[in-house]
Amino acid sequence: MSELLVNNVTLTFGGLNALTDVSLRVPDSGITSIIGPNGAGKTSLLNCISGFYQPTKGEITFGGKRVSGTSPHHETKLGIARAFQNLELFRGLSVVENLMLARHLNFNYNILEAAFHYGKAQHQESENRAFVEEIIDFMELEEHRKHSVGTLSYGVQKRVEVARALTLAPKLLLLDEPMAGMNVSEKEDMVRFVLDIVQERHISVVLIEHDLGVVMDISDTVYVLDFGILIAGGEPLEVAAHPKVIEAYVGVEAA
Amino acid sequence: MKLENAAQFTMPQLLKQRADLHPKAVALRLKKFGIWQETTWGTYFERVKYFALGLYALGLRRDDKLAVIADNIPEWLYAELGVQSLGAISVGVYQSSVPSEMAYLLEYTDCKIIVAENQEQVDKLLEIREQIPMVEFVIYHDPRGMRPYQGDPWFLTFEAVLEKGKNFERENKTLFDDLLAMGRPDDVCHFSSTSGTTGKPKAVMLMHKNYIAMAVGLSSIDPLEFGDDYISFLPLAWIGEQMMSVGMALVTGCVVNFPEEIETAMSDLREIGPRVMFSPPRVWEGIQSDIWVKIEETYPLNRFIYKKLLAWGLEAADYRLQSKIMPSSVKFKAWLSENFLFRQIKDQRGFLRLRRAYTGGAALGPDVFRFYHAMGINLKQIYGQTEIIGIAYVHRDGDVRFDTVGKPIPGTELKIAESGEILSKSEAVCKGYYKRPEDTAALLKDGWLHSGDAGYLTDEGHLVVIDRVSDVMHTKAGELFSPQFLENKLKFSPYIKEAVCYGDQQDYVAAFVNIDAATVGNWAETRGLAYTTYMDLSSKPEVIALIKLEVENVNANLPENQRIRRFVCLYKMLDADDEELTRTGKVRRGLVQERYAKLVEALYSNVSSTRVQAEFKYQDGQVARVETDVPVVTLETETKVLAGAL
Repeated sequence: MSELLVNNVTLTFGGLNALTDVSLRVPDSGITSIIGPNGAGKTSLLNCISGFYQPTKGEITFGGKRVSGTSPHHETKLGIARAFQNLELFRGLSVVENLMLARHLNFNYNILEAAFHYGKAQHQESENRAFVEEIIDFMELEEHRKHSVGTLSYGVQKRVEVARALTLAPKLLLLDEPMAGMNVSEKEDMVRFVLDIVQERHISVVLIEHDLGVVMDISDTVYVLDFGILIAGGEPLEVAAHPKVIEAYVGVEAA
Repeated sequence: MKLENAAQFTMPQLLKQRADLHPKAVALRLKKFGIWQETTWGTYFERVKYFALGLYALGLRRDDKLAVIADNIPEWLYAELGVQSLGAISVGVYQSSVPSEMAYLLEYTDCKIIVAENQEQVDKLLEIREQIPMVEFVIYHDPRGMRPYQGDPWFLTFEAVLEKGKNFERENKTLFDDLLAMGRPDDVCHFSSTSGTTGKPKAVMLMHKNYIAMAVGLSSIDPLEFGDDYISFLPLAWIGEQMMSVGMALVTGCVVNFPEEIETAMSDLREIGPRVMFSPPRVWEGIQSDIWVKIEETYPLNRFIYKKLLAWGLEAADYRLQSKIMPSSVKFKAWLSENFLFRQIKDQRGFLRLRRAYTGGAALGPDVFRFYHAMGINLKQIYGQTEIIGIAYVHRDGDVRFDTVGKPIPGTELKIAESGEILSKSEAVCKGYYKRPEDTAALLKDGWLHSGDAGYLTDEGHLVVIDRVSDVMHTKAGELFSPQFLENKLKFSPYIKEAVCYGDQQDYVAAFVNIDAATVGNWAETRGLAYTTYMDLSSKPEVIALIKLEVENVNANLPENQRIRRFVCLYKMLDADDEELTRTGKVRRGLVQERYAKLVEALYSNVSSTRVQAEFKYQDGQVARVETDVPVVTLETETKVLAGAL
């Protein structure tokens, strides 16, 4: 069982409450979306989950193990990976090189072996390359395999970013606006990929997304944040009809 | 290794022989996970066998049909040859077809089973499921995204069918060999659909002997060695890919390579370095413009060297394309350009090992043709229809002309009918169209394949295809010509934007020419030639001299009776707003002839200029009239008819 539990998390920056007493549960399968207007605290929450921020109060556990208070690389070992909203790739390296780098946790050969590409080095390099190639096939990046990331279009770079996260072989994948800035057909492709990640690779996904149409279509559970407070949570239809959600998105009718 | 007497066998029988002869040799390659994965002839045959038996277990029998909808993957061939081993018929469906097109073709060909590559194709089939009740099973190859359909008995995986076949063999040990032996060379084995530019597509019934006769004929003039590489990246539903990946591969034993994805075809091509290629013109044009763009982006010095060496290469290509002997200076320049430029370009593109390349399916512009010959690539034109396995005419090595389609391949008889129609006869001619007896009778009247194309033979014995028979005209002397063919030749000139040719029931061919305002304008500016309007520019003596040269160039490559004798430069552009062109840019011949009747009259008299009242309609509906003199130019054509008249 590797479900993610967020228990009464509060995050403060000086006097500002970015998150206030947020509790939610991400089951070990399916898509859990977090929505909310700009500045609602979505990315802050994701940063807490992935270990970039330490919650001021409360705790986060994954598969029964405490993750708040640990470092991001520790969380990677536990099986949480993240694709960033603003791409965090090595632009001068090729797609394959970016992905191989993401596998560095799996390498433990020494400098001598590396220099002669012998023994452990040879063995591990090809083993990990095979895994990377499987991800390239999955994310349909064959065409761009050898191209340096900086020369690729934005939509393709986003796909590489998601691929990089998948290369860590996570149990839980955090996607921060994977469809932002994409055109309709790129969005459709990305939705397909997200669904395939859940169904084919059995990875649970936490999705932050502004396109409500997409969110309502593909999510199993939706949580709504507004000014750092969790105002609703549940199945998409239920949430969409919630008066507080409508208020947060549309505003209140002037009395 | 050459197979003896290939014509006595069916294609699956040929495959079995290959598998027995050299089971460990590579037959197919597919790039997957970044690595070329090889399939030997032995495994190829085994897969075909198990897939065939799996289909048999599912109830597929002799003369049943199975459709394949997939990109270029080995499973396409396993399915096709598996089906054919049972005496059943495979049907190629373009993977880009929309659901309604698929529904039509599947229903018309009575398909019982479908092999679909992936979820994309499966989703299309689900959309039309109600319309294709005769389809009993859908076999898919890629399981990705298929989870929601698990439990639906309509769907099976490719692997499951292979497994079924393996189990089936245990209980029926000799069944496959018995079924395979029952095949006859004149069994129908594959349906290939015609393009359908005129009405609904028709399924062409192809026989084993068609494929084999074509491949034996072609390889007798263009031999491929066993193990030569070929790269397959165009739809296998297309006849060109069928002829190479199925017919030629089985007869010559060349290796068929499948790229990782269609998008990676060009980079995979470089890794393979094929010995032979076959592509429609758009692929050759694409590669050329790709090279061109890269040159334009490079440093001025590189660009200068490229242009210089390319010019030398083109000079040599022109000698080669006319089979003339090169002077030693040209030879030396060609050697320089080959070693300092073209070898490197060919290496970059993966053309270095190419023995020959074919283009077919449409006409390739002479400039593109010359470009590849300048590079030293043996690019040859192919001509044929789906009904004759795609090829019946091809250039011989060292005898290539960019305006012809070459000579008949061995085993093909050629006849030009009274109407000018190209008729062919060979063992490669299909059985007819499925369920279309009238069309079949018209197609195969008197035992000749009626192509519907008009053409003629040059003095060297090359066939030239000019147009569809329905579009050609005859001069008064009964000489046949195609206005569209001539117009296209004229339009290859950068200075000519549009052209309209006349000559139906006249003594000679004459033309209207629309100069290209941009290029001719530019040409005039660089020569300090002042002009005001299009009308002014088009009547400048210098411009007319320029166009005259261009027309003379066109005439030089035409038989005497088709040469353009007189022409005028029109004082205005033909325009769709004036209804002179259709919205897709085709000339409305009748209307133009009527509107410019006075000019046409001048073309067929002996005046050297005529005064016309030009009428201009502005966008706001106003009409302006201008009187102008339009010069009529006469060219020396030295036609026999004229000599007699004089």
